[in-house]
Amino acid sequence: MAEKIVITGIGASSPLGGTAPESWEGLLRGDSGTHRLEHDWIDELDLTVKFAAEAKVRPSEVLERPKAKRLDIASQFAVVSAIEAWADAGSPDVAPERLGVDYATGIGGVWTLLDAWDTLREKGERRVMPMTVPMLMPNAAAAAISMHFEARAFAHTVASACASSTESLANGFEHLRAGLADVVIAGGAESAIHPITIASFNSMQALSRRNDSPETASRPYSVDRDGFVMGEGAASLVLETESHARARGAKIYAEVAGAGVTADSYHITANDPEGRGAIRAVELALAQAGASADDVTHINAHATSTPVGDIAEYTALHKVFGDRVHEIPVSATKSQTGHLLGGTGALEAMFTALAVMNRTAPPTINVVDQDPAIPLRISAQPIALDNGPQVAISNSFGFGGHNAVVALRNMN
Amino acid sequence: MALTQEEVLAGLAELVNDETGIATESVQLEKSFTDDLDIDSISMMTIVVNAEERFDVKIPDDEVKNLKTVKNAVDYIVGAQTQ
Repeated sequence: MAEKIVITGIGASSPLGGTAPESWEGLLRGDSGTHRLEHDWIDELDLTVKFAAEAKVRPSEVLERPKAKRLDIASQFAVVSAIEAWADAGSPDVAPERLGVDYATGIGGVWTLLDAWDTLREKGERRVMPMTVPMLMPNAAAAAISMHFEARAFAHTVASACASSTESLANGFEHLRAGLADVVIAGGAESAIHPITIASFNSMQALSRRNDSPETASRPYSVDRDGFVMGEGAASLVLETESHARARGAKIYAEVAGAGVTADSYHITANDPEGRGAIRAVELALAQAGASADDVTHINAHATSTPVGDIAEYTALHKVFGDRVHEIPVSATKSQTGHLLGGTGALEAMFTALAVMNRTAPPTINVVDQDPAIPLRISAQPIALDNGPQVAISNSFGFGGHNAVVALRNMN
Repeated sequence: MALTQEEVLAGLAELVNDETGIATESVQLEKSFTDDLDIDSISMMTIVVNAEERFDVKIPDDEVKNLKTVKNAVDYIVGAQTQ
């Protein structure tokens, strides 16, 4: 039987808080991380969408300046959350050649790239800094974490849009099972609340335009949902073989019991209306976990608050779970965090681990009038999970037809 | 008006501090950028580019390899100012 893979450390910098515990507490309180943006460029450019879910704490307030200066802000978030996760895991004693990194970003160093473009045009070639490319490259976060923790087994990067960091967790799980490492730092980061990305997502009519009420704009499953809210931040998880974790007496949050990654091969942005790829991803994750659909006790849904995305995911879930899906406590945590794009999967998997450990499904806020076509079991208050064994899934789907699902199991 | 050696040293020390976190008082004339201050080539180029803007001078890439010590850099900048 394959060795169990467990989560022994968590870290996050999110719109709900600068640490994992603060993010979780904010989530259970039902906080909204979304606010009107106060940047000059919002009005200068007269952007249609004037709000987003910025991270609550700027990473430059936490990192030493020389370290921060060499990192795009997305990588800064990554390093901040990885430092927290590593300390939370008890700073495992592991040989550098047995420590790996599986990290993700959806977009990479967009601020670095576009700031450098402005500099080039305004001040000329000489003022473009030599660190520009090493900061904007999508593998910068994985590399920074590898250097910080002397992780030399490998440092992989996944880029699969909004599925990215669920896929990086899946990779970490697979790499540990394959014996390529004893400990993996996995996760994802994004800092892409930039006028270019806002304008582009707005152009494709993917963003909520609820400028008169930013805090309630992200409302998955609500009948009047009008798009997603851009979020920002990172989450990191320390994954470890159970034997390694037990040998050092580590605390264990949850088991990563399975992972499913599939591709739609259907459309660059639209969901497969039959949800075939999403269904297979859920089924693969559950099969790997040795669990059936009937065993699932909690779902952290992708649920971005777009009119078509939410219904597509529900359709897929209904095909997997049948009518029982209406009884399973579901959390649409993007209602509070916004959508962290490449960081979202890791953050939601972290919430899911805490949910099964604490037997508490987080609230879904802002749903005043639930879409009758999506009769999932959600609540504005935390939902207590029962005393039995817990198996939960966390779903992520990304532009490009990427589907990634992890299955987590409690350890009690 | 051209800056003195002391003024250029003080300004350069601030740029080194900003880039690397090295205390300004550690940036002394006899110090080697690589051997004493442990400044790598990327940070060195960043400091050079920032120094060009701060002191309104040009420091050609070919010249950077000759700037081994803080004094080399200060002297070059002082000389370039007066040209």
